[in-house]
Amino acid sequence: MANNTSVTPLTEKTLTPRSRVKWSHVIIYVLLIVLAIICVVPFYIMIIYGTHTNAEIASKFIFLPGRSLVENYQSMMENVNIWRGFMNSLIISCCSTALTLYFGALNAYGFAKFNFKGNKILFWFVLATMMVPQQLGLVGTFRIMYLLHLLDTYASLILPAAANAFAVFFVKQFIDGTIPNEIIESARVDGAGEFKTFNRIILPMLVPALAALGIFSFIGSWNNFMGPLVLLFSNEKYPLPLLVQLLQGYYGTNYGVQYLGVALSVLPIIIVFAIFSKRIIGSVAIGAVKG
Amino acid sequence: MFSKTLRKDHYGYLFIAPFFIIFVIFGLYPIVYSFYLSLCNWDGFGNPVIIGFENYQRLLGDYMFYKSLFNTLFIWGISVIPQLTVSLIIAVILHEKFIKGKSIFRAVFFFPNIVTAASLGLLVALIFSWQTGSFNNLLMSLGFIHDPVNWPSRPYFMRLLVSGILFWQYFGYSMIIYIAGLQGISRDILEAAEIDGASKTQVFFRITLPLLRPIMIFQVVTSIIGGMQIFDQPYTLTNGTGDPNNSTLTTVMYLYKIAFTRYQYGYGSAVAFGLFIIIVIFSIISFVLMNRRSKSATSL
Repeated sequence: MANNTSVTPLTEKTLTPRSRVKWSHVIIYVLLIVLAIICVVPFYIMIIYGTHTNAEIASKFIFLPGRSLVENYQSMMENVNIWRGFMNSLIISCCSTALTLYFGALNAYGFAKFNFKGNKILFWFVLATMMVPQQLGLVGTFRIMYLLHLLDTYASLILPAAANAFAVFFVKQFIDGTIPNEIIESARVDGAGEFKTFNRIILPMLVPALAALGIFSFIGSWNNFMGPLVLLFSNEKYPLPLLVQLLQGYYGTNYGVQYLGVALSVLPIIIVFAIFSKRIIGSVAIGAVKG
Repeated sequence: MFSKTLRKDHYGYLFIAPFFIIFVIFGLYPIVYSFYLSLCNWDGFGNPVIIGFENYQRLLGDYMFYKSLFNTLFIWGISVIPQLTVSLIIAVILHEKFIKGKSIFRAVFFFPNIVTAASLGLLVALIFSWQTGSFNNLLMSLGFIHDPVNWPSRPYFMRLLVSGILFWQYFGYSMIIYIAGLQGISRDILEAAEIDGASKTQVFFRITLPLLRPIMIFQVVTSIIGGMQIFDQPYTLTNGTGDPNNSTLTTVMYLYKIAFTRYQYGYGSAVAFGLFIIIVIFSIISFVLMNRRSKSATSL
């Protein structure tokens, strides 16, 4: 008691609820930590098991890294070139994201700042397309790619990204909130063409919105599984998610190699997330609140 | 000056044209063509033959279609209920002032959401495999079981496993959205309630929860649209088979199987439209239910 009173005169009031609350704090922390462990353990297993031979994996539960990383890596590279898949994923995701951002912004600007006939109806139409699930047109997509000779090309996965309804919605909200008409009018007075105004003046102002949107669209494209599964046929064009699935076919019984492959497909995501986690989570929150 | 801007308005068409051209080619045409194909018989060679609504009649009598719907709904339902409740609880906890390491917890819980679903499916398949799975090895080293359990042969266990992957992937995402919603609730309201003598649970049920209702509706509707399209996780978990005994075969997997491994493009399209109709019905039902409940809650 003497200890307590010596701290500050205020403690007497706050002490009782504080010591009562503490137990519930402990329980809450335990809950959070247990859940965090459940979230992380599979990834830990993935990394550890990738460094073990099949025999070791089959015999017992393993906590610590083994010595067969190089061996597993070499036997994986015989059939599945994971770095090639990494490059393919990078090419497809970067190009898709660029198209989504540029054409999404272009379209959003058109809707936000030009009062043409049918503006409202067309914008509602764009919004409505967001509700339609992609799988609805799966067979038709296959057909149009065949007709345009785009089957088994990167373009079949990249080009459709130019028509991303969510991007339009997201950027239009941003334009409505931040870009005054005066800027556009003064550019017109100075004699700038409409597209020049957009590219030189408006686009740089949209960077904050485009950064958040870019994160979404890159992740979505990077993780896309069904698109490439239907539209690509040659192994050397496969992005990472398809290579992971290919591992299952080639190494049905070699578990160490499969673990390693999964680990290598997830590691870039872990690294990027470790660096940008705040931005990524922030953009998810913004997107959700706007949506 | 004003007339000058008015005359510029038709430029708007030029700005929206590229989007609409791409959309018509890669968004609208595929859907219209799929609908046309759903009225046809077509194996990919030659020309589609129109057969009217025969595919839809076949769909109505197709046991596997119903089974895939059941699988999808079961997997979705088991994952979505804990997803939306656990994430709400955690969001409320992480929104409290006293918690330390908030951003770390947030990051760890959210992380599985951005990992490739296909990778997660294969990872879980490896962990829960029969003779070499680390889950069996863990149970054996702890002395719970003597011999490895053949998990992949148990229909309900495998369905639960898919639900588990979905929960693992999406509760962090829901949590982030709830937190964003909680941050939108002004502290003044909550403090006023506390000054008036409301307990923490009262504040939660009477103020926080009703104010979060729009966000909950948003989450339920998006989870229905997403949940009916489950594909990546069960596909890679079962190496594309939907085993055991088609118990993890979701409707989209069934659609994929019919169209792209059996080359029945017409019937596959009919499955897609059947699923779409079901998604629309479920979205409307949930929307109406949630709205009605919020009305009765506000009238109380």
